[in-house]
Formats: sequence, structure tokens, C-alpha cells
Amino acid sequence: MKPVAFDYERPGSLDEATRLLAEGGSMAKAVAGSQSLGPMLNLRLAQPDLLVDITAISELRTVTERPDLIEIGACVTHADIEDGRIPDATRGLLAFVAGHIAYRAVRNRGTVGGSLAHADPAADWVSAFPLLGAEVVTQSSRGARTIPAETLMVSSFVTGLEHDELIRAVRLPRLSARARWGYVRFNHKAGEFPHAIGGIIHDPENGRFRAVLGAIESAPIVVADAAILFGGPYDRDIEKRLDERAVLDLLDARGVQDDYNRRLTLVALRRAAAQASRA
Amino acid sequence: MAKNGVGARAKRKEDERFLLGQGQYIGDLRFPRMRDVAFVRSPVAHARLKGVVIPDHLRESVFTARDLAGVRPIKAVSPLPGFQISEQPPLVTDKIRQVGELVAICVADTRAQAEDIAAQVLLDYEELPAVVDMHEAREPGSALVHDTVKGNVYVSVGFDGDIDTVAAVAPVKVTRELRTARQVMSPIECRGFIAQWDARLGQLIVHGATQFPHVVRTGLADVLGVPEIQIRVVSPDVGGGFGYKAILAGEEVCLSWLAMRVGYPVRWLEDRREMLVANANCREHFYAITAYADKAGKILAIDAEAAVDTGAYSAYPFTAAIEASQVSAILPGPYDIPVYRCNTAAVATNKAPQLPYRGVARPGVCFAMELMIDAIAREIGREPHEVRAANLVRPEQMPYDNVTDKHFDSGDYPQLLRMAIDAIDVNGVRARQQRGPENGRLIGLGMAFFSEQTGHGTTADGKRRVLYEQCFARLTPDGRLEVRAGIQSIGQGLETTLAQVASECLGIDIEDVQVKLGDTELSPYSSGAWGSRGMIWAGGATARACKELAARVAHMGAALLQTDIESVTVRDNAVYGPNGNVSLRDIARAYYLAPNELPGDTDPHGLEVTGGFSPTRVTGMHSGSAHACIVAVDPETGGVEILDYVVAEDAGTLVNPMIVEGQIWGGAAQGIGSALFEEMPFDRQGQPLASTLADYLLPGCPEVPNIRIFHMETPSPYTEFGIKGVGEGGAIGPGAAVANAINDALKAYGVEICEIPITPRRILQAMQSVAMSKGPAMTGGEPARMPRTTP
Repeated sequence: MKPVAFDYERPGSLDEATRLLAEGGSMAKAVAGSQSLGPMLNLRLAQPDLLVDITAISELRTVTERPDLIEIGACVTHADIEDGRIPDATRGLLAFVAGHIAYRAVRNRGTVGGSLAHADPAADWVSAFPLLGAEVVTQSSRGARTIPAETLMVSSFVTGLEHDELIRAVRLPRLSARARWGYVRFNHKAGEFPHAIGGIIHDPENGRFRAVLGAIESAPIVVADAAILFGGPYDRDIEKRLDERAVLDLLDARGVQDDYNRRLTLVALRRAAAQASRA
Repeated sequence: MAKNGVGARAKRKEDERFLLGQGQYIGDLRFPRMRDVAFVRSPVAHARLKGVVIPDHLRESVFTARDLAGVRPIKAVSPLPGFQISEQPPLVTDKIRQVGELVAICVADTRAQAEDIAAQVLLDYEELPAVVDMHEAREPGSALVHDTVKGNVYVSVGFDGDIDTVAAVAPVKVTRELRTARQVMSPIECRGFIAQWDARLGQLIVHGATQFPHVVRTGLADVLGVPEIQIRVVSPDVGGGFGYKAILAGEEVCLSWLAMRVGYPVRWLEDRREMLVANANCREHFYAITAYADKAGKILAIDAEAAVDTGAYSAYPFTAAIEASQVSAILPGPYDIPVYRCNTAAVATNKAPQLPYRGVARPGVCFAMELMIDAIAREIGREPHEVRAANLVRPEQMPYDNVTDKHFDSGDYPQLLRMAIDAIDVNGVRARQQRGPENGRLIGLGMAFFSEQTGHGTTADGKRRVLYEQCFARLTPDGRLEVRAGIQSIGQGLETTLAQVASECLGIDIEDVQVKLGDTELSPYSSGAWGSRGMIWAGGATARACKELAARVAHMGAALLQTDIESVTVRDNAVYGPNGNVSLRDIARAYYLAPNELPGDTDPHGLEVTGGFSPTRVTGMHSGSAHACIVAVDPETGGVEILDYVVAEDAGTLVNPMIVEGQIWGGAAQGIGSALFEEMPFDRQGQPLASTLADYLLPGCPEVPNIRIFHMETPSPYTEFGIKGVGEGGAIGPGAAVANAINDALKAYGVEICEIPITPRRILQAMQSVAMSKGPAMTGGEPARMPRTTP
């Protein structure tokens, strides 16, 4: 199939982009790497009147480092992160996640902002950024706002973004040198969206102990205090203390009923914990 | 001169253009005034079509069955007794029988615009109950797919041995139900056609991605009612076929009709979604098998009931009978089985017609039979390969006529099996398994053995005969050779291998040979590329033509050397006599440009020959193959990794071992797809549920291991050079070998999975159902609802 006819603009500034999106209303869509929107256009699942290509906006490709955090522009690609062109603020977690997204051809073009805005529940960034406690900076003609990554995605393919609101950057708190993380995703074949994601981070410098359960057909489950899943604070051999009932209760509460997905999610989280232990 | 004859690992002549991106596929062709076609396709599986509503402003751009009056339906009729005939109209006339069926043609300057038009055409239909399950389809009271196909069974094919006598005394009885999923063939290039009317020649010219341009021409002539001399079919480079391009379907009929109607070239390029949803279905089989054996595992009898979900139409030209008739005929496999009963039904359902895919019924049959062998081995506590060895046809029995009258021409199956056993190191794997799981993963060993009837001159139904193949060879005035054959290359390297055969017979360097394929106007008739027949038949015809050319060249060379014909040989680009030689180039120059140098009695047939070939027997050459693999299964996730995979293959004399290895690798990759990944599910309304490659999983590079290949060459007594077919073989074994390996790994859990693909979900479900029942369990999906009938 081929897309319906649409107009195409490639503005050079954020202001112009948000203005075009505001004028275009619900029939205007922003596009960056086109790795999700492209197929939807070809399948005619998306039939916009106007595409606003945001890849010429240089500020969306910038990276800002601060002592406590790093801010990466929305149009940074998965490959930029995988290849280390973005400074490592997360002790390798970002590059690890990026390197497992789809195929290299997708990673070369796909962007972090695009992935968050598309909000496919099985995508990696919608799980990994909330795990890290990231914030998403957005921009519309009404101004900027900052949204916790874990609340940006509302449900499957739905975010709290207004139709003329662009993701500008993702702000990631740094992990300390003593931090540990584990991130495990299961897919049937390389390049496929995962069927389960389990992630865990622990940073003794600030006591953060977080977990995520992702690819559950809706927004991921983010656990701000992972102690509830492991019967207490982070410790050695944490994976042996995984409280399966506590995990299943969370999945129950979110209506995850498929037995295969439930079991896979449990295994993913346990193995993520083991990965953190070994780190 | 480089030795690039039969047996040489010559580099492929065609690869230069392919590697430089200079191949010319159907999507690369451009013609002036060409416009694009998109089809309006049915959104439902089974319905009565009451009307097609076309907006007034689009009437010039949309065509329906009413416009196609005069075009005959496609009819593929098997001569098998009891075959119930059905028709496939190119566009739906009154009844829709599958999702994606063609309802209207939309033409515009671009495909996108044609799709815009298609979106505005509305269908008025009344839904009928969809026939989706091949077992329910045969129950009394099921809706009928075709009024003419009673009981929704196109044909049943059976063999009726005396099972009861064996059953009364056999000490071992093993029964299983086995299933293979519906798959979708997935060549990188989908189908596509361009049709145009040449007013000067008064000829319909059809360019298409097809495996058999001559058959398409014959089929188009028939349904369009146009004389064949007024049709030319040209197949450019083809990006994979696998059987999917060995059909004549509605799209090319519609396009051909449209070109004659509108007068400008029209093009349809299938997209992946059309291919997945509407077209390239294959493979869905069901088996209920009981094997009777003695305590050593020697099979005494096989009793089987099988069904093939054949879908909505009888595909042209191989018919709705091909798959089911092969199942019954080849289920005994490579084994010496004395008593055999089998009935296989070709069942009509509201799904896309099942088409013959690489190996046709053999991958399903091999899967079923080889899982039975492992089940027998488990039952009696022997190594599966020992049970195989106890039943294989032995070399001293060759040539051997088996219980279904299949004629095995040659081979040493026990030796092939030993090659695979040694290569995979069975004892080493057993010792490894004794040491327990590796990083939590269970190690399993699986094997499969099959005998593959290749290049058979008769189709599977035993009636439709191909008894010949021709090749045209011409030495040009500059001493080079052009070879024209009606067969088509779909990636198998015929431009190289036919040149190697020519080189072997005429002593000419393959650099001086050009093989031209794929154009009905320029080549002798051929039934095309299917059934692993290319090298046997087209290779044989090339050999015959070039041998005849060599004889003529020898005569002219002898005359030019002023010696007698008995004293010359043709080799190394020349004719050699006792006292010197004369090059092919000088002979050709003399014949064409300086005939006065030749004697007056020179053969006026000249330096061009159409050679014909048929094997001494047309019952097929039997290649043999043993596959063996080691897998690691993660019992927590159901993940499977293939750690090692070996293929021992006897395809007779190999014309180019490197190309054969490529064929086996590609085929095995597809077989691994069948084993672990590929499945087209349907909902209860007959909607196909995998409409993109995100849902229909194909194996990629990370999923295909390094496959180690071992050759054995037992020449066939019936062909030129002893060639056998090999194009399909790689795809046949993996379903069985991988499934047996997974079941071996899961043995300690009492789990045996009898359906492919074996997905992580199926593994975990099977393990859980065993854990819950606290006893061994077999899973073949839902219990069979198919009534057992006496064949």
C-alpha cells in the first residue's frame, strides 16, 4: 500500500514547527525518524493532511550535560546512543537498551522522542526512561512543560501530549558510580518487539531502587520503591528474593491475564535482578 | 582453459549484476504511458456479493466482473478419480470465498492514486458462515465453499493396506496427532505483472515475475480466449519463487484483459500485505498416525488419516489435489514399510488457496513421519537413529519400489545417516546431556531423514505428464555460445550451471557462454522451474544440444584439420587432431563467414541445435538427506537456540557444489522458519491475523545457524551425468529435526510437542499442561474433530 497524499514541511525552528502543528490541527502530524509513522502511513492507518518533519531543528539533536543530569534532544537516534555519541550518564544502561531496539536500520533513523510519542507499549524507551526516573520536556505554542516519563504514556499508543505539542528532550538523572542496573527483554526473534520487559536499578548514593515491568499491552508498570517486589531493600543476590506474588498482584491490577506474558514478565524481572547482582 | 564443467565450484555468472544492483526485476521496468493498478479486495471470507457501488466520477477507472464478460474462469482440474471441479473467476461474480479476493480493478497514474480510488468503491454483500477449520468443514451441515464441491472435499487420495492383520500381532503401537501451521511463502520480491498490447505485432506482451512464462502464456490464452501466438510472456530477473510464482492467478488475468481494453501498459506490483493476507498460503496439514512396530523398532505397518487445508480455490496449474495426493503417496518416506494405509483429504475452506511451496507436501510429511520415528524410539527405549537405521531402504535394495509404488533409483541411505550421526557427534551430545543443563538451558538432539522424489516427469497425481524439455544452443560467428531455455531462473543460478553443462559437452569456457531464459518468444516450450527439475531436465536438454553441436563442430574441425573425424576431440575451446588444433572461433568463422573453407558436404543444419531430453525413467530421481541438529531450550522462557545444524545430502552428481550448498542453506533457513516461527493464524470469521511482517515472523540472520553440509554423490542411472534434484531439499528436514531436538530436550519433563511452529508460548503451555496433569502429555493443539473414515 501507499500513503494518502499529504503536504510536507520541514521547519528549521521549534517555534515554526509548533505553529505548523497548531495550524494543522488534528490532521497534522510530527515526524522524525519515520520508523513507526512510516509503516502506519503505508498501511493507511494514519492519513494526515500535513507532515511536519522536525529533523532539521538543530536544538532537537543537542545534548546538555549537568552535574546531576543529562538532557538529550528528541531527535537523537537509537544508534547515536548505541554507538556512544551521547555521553554515558547511566553506566551503560542507555546504550544497552538502544542496542537491542529492532534492527540497525531502524536504529539509524528511529529517535527517542518519536518512540515516546508513538507509545507502543512494547517499545523499549517507554519502559527504560521511566525506570530511570526521567522527565520529558515538551514544547507547544503555549510554552514548555516538564512531564515525568512514567506519566507521559497513558495507555497503548496514547500519551498525554496535545496534538500540537512536541517532545523537545528527555532529562535523565545520572546514575552514580556505585549504581547497578539490570534490563531484560524477551522476544521470539531478533529485531522483534519484546513480549516482556523487566528492569531494575539501584543507586546507593541516593537510595533509589526502582523497577519496571513492560511490554504488557498498556503503559508499563513503574515501581518507584522496588523493595515491595523483593521483600525489602536492595541487597546481594536480590534475584533470589523476588516476591512472585507481589509481581503477579501488580499484573492482576493492570489486567494482564495472559499466562504466558505473566510468566515471561516474572522471568524477565528476576533475570534483570540477577544481571544487577552480577554487575 | 579453466575447468568449469560439471562438478566445478564456478562462481555464479549472474552475480555481478545482482551484487552491483543491476538486476532487472519487474519493479524496475518502465514503459511509456504505463499506469498502475490497485485491486478492491474482499474484506470478508465468505459472502454473497450483491453489488459494487462505484462513484460516478470514477466509472472510467474501475472495472468489475461485469466488464470482464468473455473472460473464462481459471479452472485447475486434477484427473484423479473423484476430483470435484470448481472455478475461480478472476474477479468475484457472485460469491466471495476468501478475505482478499479480487472484486474490482482500479487504474490510475500511480499506485497511491489507484488505492485512493479503491477506497471509494463500496461493496454490498451478505455474509455467509465462514468455513475456517478443515475438520469442521467436513462435518455434516457445514456451509459449502463451492456448491460443486460436496462435503468441502476436493478429492481424497488413499492407499489401503491390510492393517488389521498387523495390528492384531504387533507388539508396539504408537499413535500421534500432528499438525503443521498455515504458512505464507515469502520471497523477497512479491508477485507483479505489466501487461501491454503491441499493436504492430497484434500481441499481448506480459512481463511478470514468474517461474514458468510458457505455462502462464498457455493459461492466459485459455482464459482470455486469445491465440497463444498473440501472447508473449517475459520473465525478467525473479527475486525468489519457491512455488509462489508457479501459478496463474486472477491478478495477471485482470491485467492482461485491462491492457487489451485500455491500450496502454498497466502494472500491478503486489505488496507484502496483499501477499500475506490474500495470496501466498501454504503448508497447513493434519495427521493422525498409528505406527505398528516390533520391539526393535522395525515398522510393521503405518495407518494414517491426513487432511490438507486446501483453501478456497484449486490453484492453476497444480490443482487442489497436489498437496493431498503427495501426502498419501510419500508419507512412508525413505523407509521399507511393508503395510500401509493412508487417506488424505484436500479440504475446501474460506482461506486463500494453498499453493505448492518449496518441498510441496514433503516438509509436512517428513515432520509427521520423523516425529513418529522418535515416538517409536521413546516407546521402546532406543536411540532414534537406530530406529531410522532399522527401517531405511538399504543400498542393496536399490532400485527399490516402495509400498506406494515410488521408484527409488539409487542411493545409500544408511551411509548418509551415518554421515549425519558422525557430523553432529551423537555420543558427544549424549554425554553433554548427562552433565545437565547449560546455564539453565536444556540440550536436545534431533534428526530427520527423507527421500525426495525430484524432477519427476509426472505430477503428483500420476497422470499429468511432462515427458520432455528442450534447449536451443547456437555457436555464434565469433565462436561463443548462446543457450536459450524455457525454464526460468528464480535465483538458483541456472545462468551458471547450464553454462557448466555446455562447457562439459562442448569444451567451451563458461565465460564464452551466455544463458538466456524467461522469454516465450526466444525459447523452446518448458513447464518451468518447479519440482527440483531444472538441472535434471534443462541441464539434460542443454547437454543433448551441446553434444550434438560438439559432433557438428568435430566434423567441421576435422575437415579444417584435414584429418578424419575419428581422430579428433573437442575440448579446451577447440577441436584437436593428431597434428594441431582449430579453435571453436575459427570453426564458427569458417562456417558463417568463410564457408568456402569447408567441404561441400558440410551439414546444413549448421551450428544451432534444439536438443531435447527426457530421463530414462520419468518417475523422478530420489535424492536422500539426513538433517541433524542440537538445540538449547530455555525452560523458563520457551526460547530455543539452534546450536549446531548439519545436513548430509545425496543429490547425485553435483554440477556446482557451491550452488548446491547455497540452495541447501536457503532451504534450511525456510525450514527453520516452519519449525520455529512462521504461522498465519485466522479468527473464527476467516480473517487472517498476521497482516505484516511484524506479526508474521520470518527467521533472520541471527536465527539461522551456520549449517554444515556434507555431500554424497550417488549418480542417478536415469539422467545426464547422474544429476538428481536438490532445490527443495533444504526446506524439508528442519521442521522435523528441530521439533525432535526440542522434544529430546524436554524429555525429562515428559513433554512432547507435535505441532509446528514450536513457539516459546507453545513450549511453556506444553510444560505447564504436563505440570498440571503430573503426567506426560502430548500437544498437537486442540483435539481433532475430524471423523475417522475407512479409506
